[in-house]
Amino acid sequence: MAEAAAPLPQPAAGPRDGPLSRLSDALWRRPRVLLVLLLLPPILWLGVIYLGALFALLAQSFFSIDEFSGVIVREPTLKTYGELLTPANLDIIRRTVLTAALVTAAAAVVAFPIAYFAARYARGRWKAVFYLGIMLPLWSSYLVKVYSWKLILAKEGILTWALDSVGLLWLLEAWLALPGVGGNSLSTSPTGTFLVFLYVWLPFMILPIQASLERVPVSMLEASGDLGARPDQTFRHVILPLAMPGVIAGSIFTFSLTLGDYIIPQIVGTSARFIGLAVYQHQGTAGNIPLAAAFAVVPIVIMGLYLWWAKRQGAFDAL
Amino acid sequence: MTGQPAPLWLKLAAGAGLLFLHVPLLLIFAYAFTTEEQSYQWPPPGLTLRWFEVAWNRPDVWQALSLSLRVAAISTAIALVLGTLCAAAMARFRFFGREAISLLVILPIALPGIITGISLRSAFNLADIPFSFWTIVLGHATFCVVVVYNNAVARFRRTSASLIEASMDLGANGFQTFRHVILPNVATALLAGGMLAFALSFDEVIVTTFTAGQQQTLPIWMLEELVRPRQRPVTNVVAMVVVLVTFLPILAAYYLTRGTDTVAGQGK
Amino acid sequence: MPSAVEFRDVCRFFGTVRAVDRVSMEIAEGEFFAMLGPSGSGKTTCLRLIAGFEQPTHGEVRIFGEGMGGVPPYRRAVNTVFQDYALFPHLNVIDNVAYGLMIAGRGRQERRREAEAALDLVKLPGYGGRKPGELSGGQRQRVALARALVMKPRVLLLDEPLGALDLKLREQMQEELKALQRKVGITFVFVTHDQGEALSMADRIAVFNEGRIEQVGTPEEVYNRPARPFVADFVGSSNVFPPEVTHAVAGRRAWASLRPEAIRIVGQGRPARVVATAFLGTATRLHLEMAGRDVTALLPRGAVVPEPGETIEIGWGDSDLHLMEGP
Repeated sequence: MAEAAAPLPQPAAGPRDGPLSRLSDALWRRPRVLLVLLLLPPILWLGVIYLGALFALLAQSFFSIDEFSGVIVREPTLKTYGELLTPANLDIIRRTVLTAALVTAAAAVVAFPIAYFAARYARGRWKAVFYLGIMLPLWSSYLVKVYSWKLILAKEGILTWALDSVGLLWLLEAWLALPGVGGNSLSTSPTGTFLVFLYVWLPFMILPIQASLERVPVSMLEASGDLGARPDQTFRHVILPLAMPGVIAGSIFTFSLTLGDYIIPQIVGTSARFIGLAVYQHQGTAGNIPLAAAFAVVPIVIMGLYLWWAKRQGAFDAL
Repeated sequence: MTGQPAPLWLKLAAGAGLLFLHVPLLLIFAYAFTTEEQSYQWPPPGLTLRWFEVAWNRPDVWQALSLSLRVAAISTAIALVLGTLCAAAMARFRFFGREAISLLVILPIALPGIITGISLRSAFNLADIPFSFWTIVLGHATFCVVVVYNNAVARFRRTSASLIEASMDLGANGFQTFRHVILPNVATALLAGGMLAFALSFDEVIVTTFTAGQQQTLPIWMLEELVRPRQRPVTNVVAMVVVLVTFLPILAAYYLTRGTDTVAGQGK
Repeated sequence: MPSAVEFRDVCRFFGTVRAVDRVSMEIAEGEFFAMLGPSGSGKTTCLRLIAGFEQPTHGEVRIFGEGMGGVPPYRRAVNTVFQDYALFPHLNVIDNVAYGLMIAGRGRQERRREAEAALDLVKLPGYGGRKPGELSGGQRQRVALARALVMKPRVLLLDEPLGALDLKLREQMQEELKALQRKVGITFVFVTHDQGEALSMADRIAVFNEGRIEQVGTPEEVYNRPARPFVADFVGSSNVFPPEVTHAVAGRRAWASLRPEAIRIVGQGRPARVVATAFLGTATRLHLEMAGRDVTALLPRGAVVPEPGETIEIGWGDSDLHLMEGP
């Protein structure tokens, strides 16, 4: 009947019944099996290797080190966490968190105009320029970026030379003379450490802000103007609140990255220690893995609280 | 807003920001040619190509480069497989624990690198695993997954479900649909993700110091040079080469995904 | 002879949402069958159940007498024209059309020949080399149609195929689709929310509401003798009277439907106050208030249009008041 009704012949049967085809049928009937097959390798890798390692870390932080033999005692104790509370270690934590907060705030201020211009005004060719202009520094080598600042901040380097050329060297010297921020030269001062952190993490702040600003429809700004808002009022009451999730998302990166970094303070700055450096030194030269692990838990806890707060602010949509 | 030009202060601030991002990188290029050996003197007292030759003849640089390239290649391959599988599952299925898995994928880059490093280090320590090529790869692949995943999941979402249904409707089974419809549509995103993963692995130093033992990848070589400088001009040359080498995959990834709504690279 | 498509007590639930709720229907071979309803009424889910993109939670879908339980889409003798056309963006037009033939393992020459014939059939010859992105909406729609027809399906499924086209093109495509269906002689199952489209094209219409079928019938039946208030109101608009109003105006205690065009201004009838009027071109719509109820009437072109606020007398023929089952 169908053959008579259809003036065109039925399609020839294709090569449909191979083992792959039968496997496809089986998976189609049981999509959950397909899901499990897809997820199994990544879950095994991340779940076993990564989470397993995180738990190993956590476990180690409850071990302690025998003070005489230097051997790790594999018995659960809170002794190692107790060592975190010595004034010297608390000082490290305070310094790290303060620096991370300052870097984050500065990054937000520097990043905003770039992100705002790229999102609102850059069109066509300029859009590409801004995109690559942010992307290339983001992806170029971390160590090279740090190194370039060693060149810039060196006493005989370009910054001193530039300030000298315009006759402002006294300003630099006055700054370096200040206690707390200054030092022998910029490359051995807390100011230097701060500048390098700011430079290296800045793109991580620009991108989420730009993403959140790009999601603000132009008609919304026009509506605000239409309702009588001046540009600065529109900026304050419409643009800024809508960009906030982006700022928070960016701050997750800058904050977290600063908390965990141990290389920048080693290369540019005073010999004052940061959490990352403490972790590195305890596990390395000192061989005190339990204390290193306990130190590493500090940024996890801080970031956990921070992420929990950020999620409540809706920042994850801007990532 | 579209038609109006940007206010002057904004142009200046944005331009200054871009300069701030780029001048230090440009400086690296200048220093690669300096004749000064001992200090970071600016302006360079003279220019020379001599240090390129010296760097070229340094076996330790070549060994480090070779190790970095091998680690990056293997890690990228693993990340491509794992990231694509995960992205496919997340884009096509709704299931219990979906949020947890997306968190799990992001975690290795959301937490400071030092956490990943010390975790792996203490896990190797607990399990008595000696450091090797594979311990480095293990760490790198873990944080490279998210880069591939981010690129792939965006493209999977953009590849509308009806394309897959259309293919099946026209007689293609699941594998044929993957081969003829899904793969051609996500290929550029995967390639871009792979490029970025490669660049990320090639440049990684924080995790690597914990998983490499005595082995030297190129970034570890550089770190050694920064902490205990031996021959500064060689470091200058290597730094410049590293900048050039990482720029290529980034540019390639950009051109591969240009014109789509999600451009690669946001997910470092 | 088995029906082309048969639904036996089919349900499809998504969580607690009853997208399709105990639907039974038969679609005869060679029929142009429309599934009509508002969005979310379950009509598209029914189409997807036929194509195999969805599985019934309960009940069975049969195609030419064969149960489709566990049969994947790629093993069904049906093809679909998608609402968004779903053309493969990485393939040009000819490769899109020939896709199914390629999968079926046909030779290159044959594929090309048949795909070109199909493009001729949908009046798009010579477009083979273009990419889908370079085509207009109407052209894409034709490519989607050719891609499905080249497979020579026994049933062609069309999911709101004209929804994205502008009015003029839509009217033209309605006629073309109808002619095409007569030419190829296969069963067309057509989903639409546009009652005018369903009335003008279909041999039979199933009216969907909240996952259920309210009525199945020819366009004349559905329009002239709606089975329930929902059908009366959705297919062409109608004045629906609950039993107490019907009792007041006709002495019968039942739901009733009165088409606006059946209402006339008469010398002696029921008084109604004119609330507003709207000129529609071919007619004028009166918004009336009769015994505290809103009533809509359509005056043919050329009739004297009363002013808003005026009270007029209206009437209708006895057979115009159509009695129905309750909702």
